[in-house]
This record gives sequence, structure tokens and C-alpha cells, in this order.
Amino acid sequence: MTQIDYTRAAKYFLLWDFAKGFGLGMKYFFAPKPTLNYPHEKGPLSPRFRGEHALRRYPNGEERCIACKLCEAICPAQAITIDAEAREDGSRRTTRYDIDMTKCIYCGFCEEACPVDAIVEGPNFEFATETREELFYTKEKLLENGDRWEAEIARNLEMDAPYR
Amino acid sequence: MVEFFTETNLGIVLLILGQALLVIVPLLLALAFLMYADRKVWAAVQMRRGPNVVGVFGLLQSFADFLKYIVKEVVVPAGADKAVFFLAPMISFVMAVIAWVAIPWNEGWVIADLNVAILYIFAISSLEVYGVIMGGWASNSKYPFLGSLRSAAQMISYEVSIGLIIVGVIISTGSMNFGDIVNAQKGDWGLFNWYWLPHFPMLFLFFISALAETNRPPFDLPEAESELVAGYQVEYSSTPFLLFMIGELMAVVLMCALVTLLFLGGWLSPIPGLPDGILWMTLKMAAVFFIFAMVKAITPRYRYDQLMRIGWKVFLPLSLAWVVIVAFFAQYGAFGGAYARWTVGG
Repeated sequence: MTQIDYTRAAKYFLLWDFAKGFGLGMKYFFAPKPTLNYPHEKGPLSPRFRGEHALRRYPNGEERCIACKLCEAICPAQAITIDAEAREDGSRRTTRYDIDMTKCIYCGFCEEACPVDAIVEGPNFEFATETREELFYTKEKLLENGDRWEAEIARNLEMDAPYR
Repeated sequence: MVEFFTETNLGIVLLILGQALLVIVPLLLALAFLMYADRKVWAAVQMRRGPNVVGVFGLLQSFADFLKYIVKEVVVPAGADKAVFFLAPMISFVMAVIAWVAIPWNEGWVIADLNVAILYIFAISSLEVYGVIMGGWASNSKYPFLGSLRSAAQMISYEVSIGLIIVGVIISTGSMNFGDIVNAQKGDWGLFNWYWLPHFPMLFLFFISALAETNRPPFDLPEAESELVAGYQVEYSSTPFLLFMIGELMAVVLMCALVTLLFLGGWLSPIPGLPDGILWMTLKMAAVFFIFAMVKAITPRYRYDQLMRIGWKVFLPLSLAWVVIVAFFAQYGAFGGAYARWTVGG
């Protein structure tokens, strides 16, 4: 003769668990929702966030990159291609600075290797394109990014400087 | 003018068509918003926002989905039996729609005032399983077939207890007409005259059986996403899928209407002084639908053997015993005749 657990049986037939679950469900029904309305609301980004690349300029408009090719050397995905020539004034500058964004793994090594803070990864992460070709960034595109995001990039570098 | 609609053949056909449209169009519109409400409730319980992009508060989400389903490509599996494959969603949809012919919305507001209305609805909702079985079989694929087999077994099991619960209500009313059943629940005490009180445990049994009958969670084994992907719907896309989905949701709303009519007094006002009307009917249906939506959000899915155990070992004996009890109460006029409201015999 097996013992009948009357409490359990009563709970079973009175749908006790269901009632409890319903109460819990209603509690969360009216709870504030943690979801962000993404395109309108965005989460916070760290100053170290590694997003879309940019080539920076000095305040006088001179481009920072001196074509040392350290970034090209350190890039683990080999996404960077640099060609360099001497300019008329004798300074060494890049004639070609391409980043294949489809290869890039956003490790930030290029940024760390750069002795003049020329190549940086900015805070922009919304640069999806409709074609693959649009993601083969050229020097012009990178410099344009630098001009557009300079304020944010400079602020992030300044905020992160004490920890470097 | 009145003679045209009651005497001439054309007039009668036009009148019936008009009545049918008057039920189906608002019903389909309401369905779009119920779909949205279902998703919103589900999301809210899980602390998500739910659809909120299309239209104000995402109210037009269902219409966007509708357009999406319409313009998508219809994919037919290579080994499918084409005729049956396309017949299945149509059966599912048509069966869900034609059941509404016998549902009254207010005193006398019914397309076909059948004296066996409840049997008709019961028969139609039994036929709905054919859409699922045919869909699963015609897809010529394993998951849909497994899903449809599960669905067949499940629907048949729970129809038995639904039938017995309905028998209890029929015994205490003495009629199978919905008008009579609702009028039998009329009384001086408002909502305490409704059948939920004398038939108290059966309200829950009926509701749970309705969940199983309409393949809603926690009994959604035929379409268990995590094991069968989507059950019998796996191979369906575009409009056939839409028909299945509308048919399924319409069956859910039909069950809401049945719970309202059988146990919650249909169009009767819960407070004695207030006027009866279609407003109460829709409000009660919406409330029942809310419970349907909440159950989806708060219950885990049953295992298949548990489902069958509850159906055959708990619900069937309980509802059968209840029929016997109600028959005794009705015969000997127990509880001031609460179980013997012979509306037909007087």
C-alpha cells in the first residue's frame, strides 16, 4: 500500500502551480522592460571600443601616417596593404593605405602598433554595406572617417591615455 | 424591401452572404489584433517589448506579417502529394471559419440558429484535425509526419473529455442551442447565475482541454519548436502557412467563444442592473483569450506521456464522474434546481 501525499494531490487538483505561475507572470508583465529601442536608444560604449577604422590628421591638416608599415606587419589577418613613396617635400607618406574590412578581426593591434596615433579604431560600429566591395576601404575613405569622427576619437584617446 | 430578402431566392442568398461577411470580416480583423496581443502578452511576461515598430505601438504588425506571407514564394517539397498538400491548409482554414456560423453574438444574432449548435461545433472542431494530418502526411517529410501523428492522438484524446464536459452542460440546460444555454444562465444574481459556479471544476477542465485541442502551449507537442522544428508546418511557406496559422488562431478564438457561452454566460451582463449585449460577449472572449496568452507564457511544455496520462487518466474519469453527478443533481433538483434549468421544457 503506497502512501498518498494529500498535500501534493490537493495542489495538483487546485492548479496551485498554475496560480503561482500566473501571479509571477503578472508581476513581470508590469515590470519595466530592459530592452533598448536600438536605432533610437543605444547602449554605452567604452573609450576602448574597437569599431570602424579611421586615419587621423594633425591639427594643421597634415596626415599623421608616416608609412612605417608597423600596422601592416602586425595585422594578424593581413588586412592592411600599404605602398609608400617620398613626397616632393622629402617626407615619407603613403600612396596607398587599404584595409580589407571583410578580413579585419578588430583586434586593435594596428592601433597599438602605430607610433603616431594615425590609424585608430573609432566608436562607429554601424557601417554595414550592401555590397562586399564597399568594405574594401581605401586611404581616402579612411581619412574621411578620421575627419568625421575626430572629435570622438580624440576624446576616447584622451580618456584611455592614463591606462596605456 | 423586407420581402425581397425573405421571399426571393436572390434576396435570401444576398442576405446570408451579407450576414456571413458581417461575421467574418470583423472576426479576421479582430484576429489580426489578437495575434498582436498574444505576442505582446508573451513578450511582456518575458520582460521584452514585443512588436513595436510597425504602426503606433506596433499595432499594424499583423498586417505587415500578412503582406509578407502573401508575397513570399510557395515552396512545394519534391516528394509532396501536391493536391493533398494544398488541400490541408484550406481544410484547416475553412473548418475554423465555418464553425462560427453557429456562434451567437447576442440574443438572436446568429447566422444559423441550429438546435444542435453545440454538436455542430464539436463535429467541426473534430474535423480540424484532418487539416493537420493531411498536411503532415502530404509533406513527405519526417518531422511533419511525427507532428501530425502527435496532433491526431492528442486531439482525439482531449475531444473525449471536451465532449463529456459539454454533456454536463447539456444535461442541466436541456438544449443544445447556444441561445437556450445562455438564457438558462440568466438570473437575478448576475454572474453567480452562470454555469461556472454549478459546473465549477469543469470550467478549468474545459479550458485545459481546449488548450490541448487547439495545440496551444503547454500542449503544443505537434509543433514543438525545440524538437520537431514546427511539426506539421515545417514544409509550408507563404499563403498555405498563413492559412494554417489563421486556422489555428481562429480555433483558439472559437474555444474562447465556447468557454464564454457555456460557462461565462455569453452576452449576459455580470451585474444584474446593466444591459446585456454583444459588448459583454466580446469582453469575456477577450478575457479568456488573455488567459490563453498568459498560459502560453508561464507554462513549460508537457512530455508526451504526461499529456496522454492527464487526458485519459485524469480528465476522462473526472468529466465522466461529473456527468453522472450532474445527472443526479438535475434529476432530483438539488441546490434549488441549479443543475436543472430545462429551458426547452420550461
